[in-house]
Amino acid sequence: MDPTAIVETTELTKIYNGHTAVDHLSFRVQEGEIFGFLGPNGAGKTTTLLMLLGLTEPTSGQAQVAGINPTRNPVQVKRLIGYLQENMGFYRDLNAWQTLRYIAELNGIDGKQAEARIEQALATVGLLDEASKRIQAYSRGMRQRLGLAEILVKEPKVAFLDEPTQGLDPDATNRIMDLIQQLCQEKRMTVLLSSHLLYQVQKICHRVGIMIQGRMVAQGPMAELAEATFGVGGEQHTLEDIYLKYFQEA
Amino acid sequence: MHGLQTIIKKELADHFSSYRFVFLFALIAMVSLITVYMAGLTISRDLEGVAKPRYFFLMLFTASGVSLSLTQFVALFGPLIGLILGFDMINRERNEGTLSKLLAQPIYRDTVVNGKFLAGVTVISIMMVSIVLLITGLGLIMVGVTPGWEELGRIALYLLLSILYISFWLGVAILFSIVFRNVATSALAALATWLFFSFFIGLGANVVASALTPEADTNPLAMLQQVKIERAVSLVSPMELYTSGILAIVDPMQRTTRSFIQIGRMEQISLERFSGPLSLDQSVMVVLPYIITLIALTAVCFAVSYTVFMRQEIRSI
Repeated sequence: MDPTAIVETTELTKIYNGHTAVDHLSFRVQEGEIFGFLGPNGAGKTTTLLMLLGLTEPTSGQAQVAGINPTRNPVQVKRLIGYLQENMGFYRDLNAWQTLRYIAELNGIDGKQAEARIEQALATVGLLDEASKRIQAYSRGMRQRLGLAEILVKEPKVAFLDEPTQGLDPDATNRIMDLIQQLCQEKRMTVLLSSHLLYQVQKICHRVGIMIQGRMVAQGPMAELAEATFGVGGEQHTLEDIYLKYFQEA
Repeated sequence: MHGLQTIIKKELADHFSSYRFVFLFALIAMVSLITVYMAGLTISRDLEGVAKPRYFFLMLFTASGVSLSLTQFVALFGPLIGLILGFDMINRERNEGTLSKLLAQPIYRDTVVNGKFLAGVTVISIMMVSIVLLITGLGLIMVGVTPGWEELGRIALYLLLSILYISFWLGVAILFSIVFRNVATSALAALATWLFFSFFIGLGANVVASALTPEADTNPLAMLQQVKIERAVSLVSPMELYTSGILAIVDPMQRTTRSFIQIGRMEQISLERFSGPLSLDQSVMVVLPYIITLIALTAVCFAVSYTVFMRQEIRSI
């Protein structure tokens, strides 16, 4: 196991009803980096994240987050990870403030400290004016931003963002991507970002990994990947070219 | 355990702000008040001019005014309170995608189940305590007799047993909400269980007992045997357990939980002259096995809930 890696998996495998969702997956993410976690729908990205969170048990293999095994110590691991899930649900009868308060209390943050963090998080995602509105009345973009605010309140070491920009307009997408980048720089947060927006991923991620049918088919910094895929001088190729090439091969 | 407290607090807030709770509470309070009012009218009319028996006040709970007495009413419809509060506790969160968010926070899975159950028990306790207090007040005005300490003790015990009984049904409902992903399915399953144990178990017990003792029509010993079997089978039902337990508590003249003879109120009072009532601790001794069985059933429900919930895959879809 690599001591500098904050997220590490070795030969991680998950089999659901005879279907191999994650197939001997090994990868690692260094502290403070933004790792682009790419792949078509159903490639096993979400399953991998759930195993890293200790919500799903791996069939075989191992995962480690900050040196802790999530299968054995799920609660310790969940203290370190902020998880923004795909199609995240909200308590629709609560308002933004109450939602964040609940999350803060579940994480053992309360009193003045919670209030300060909630206010700051709401200001960062630009929801301070709508904080007392019920979530029922929120638009998709607002919900997505509230999801990010939940992570900000928690101030985790690692954030798993599963499709954080799904269904958002281009402007909102850019704002969220900027926010993620900013968080990573300011709070030294490690981010695992899963997204289909390859252009944006290319812009903000330090390294990317491409997952197809449960396997990591390629991983590394953009330039290295381009060279490995298209040979010397392949740097002008975009992430999209690389992705599509792997996708067609698989 | 900050997680448990947080969940209980949020669930309680949800209950108290939901229409479901308001309607349920209004309905239960209304029906109980009417029942006791009618019971009060009936007993004060029946016992006009007669020296008041010792446990007059408790009769409010056991006398049937219109069709059901209060104890029968709680035995029959109390389960619905538990079921209605609990049937969608887990699967609604699963369907709305909030369950995985909740479980991604640093809490154990059983904390979620415990928190929801305890919040439900708190709601049930508040409902039952306030209703019994209302009834006691109404009874004081109607029959004009103040209950003695022992009667108050019996009422408190009755309250405790009723909360336990309804909580058992809450446990059943939570189990269904874990096992079934669809809210409608778990609601129907909960309703079916209630119907089975409330209405059909008697029928089933009868069938089983008759099948086992074919010569009951001619042989008196076999007839006795038949009654015994029928009772044993019907004790599978928590409702039966509760009713048997309650009767010995609210009716001190009841010396066992079994009785073959139905007697009227006047006869009951005249019998009292010849037989002393049981003291409270003796009554408790009589019903203790029933209480323990009820607690054990709740525990079993929980054990199953935990095991199923721990093994379940948590996915948003």
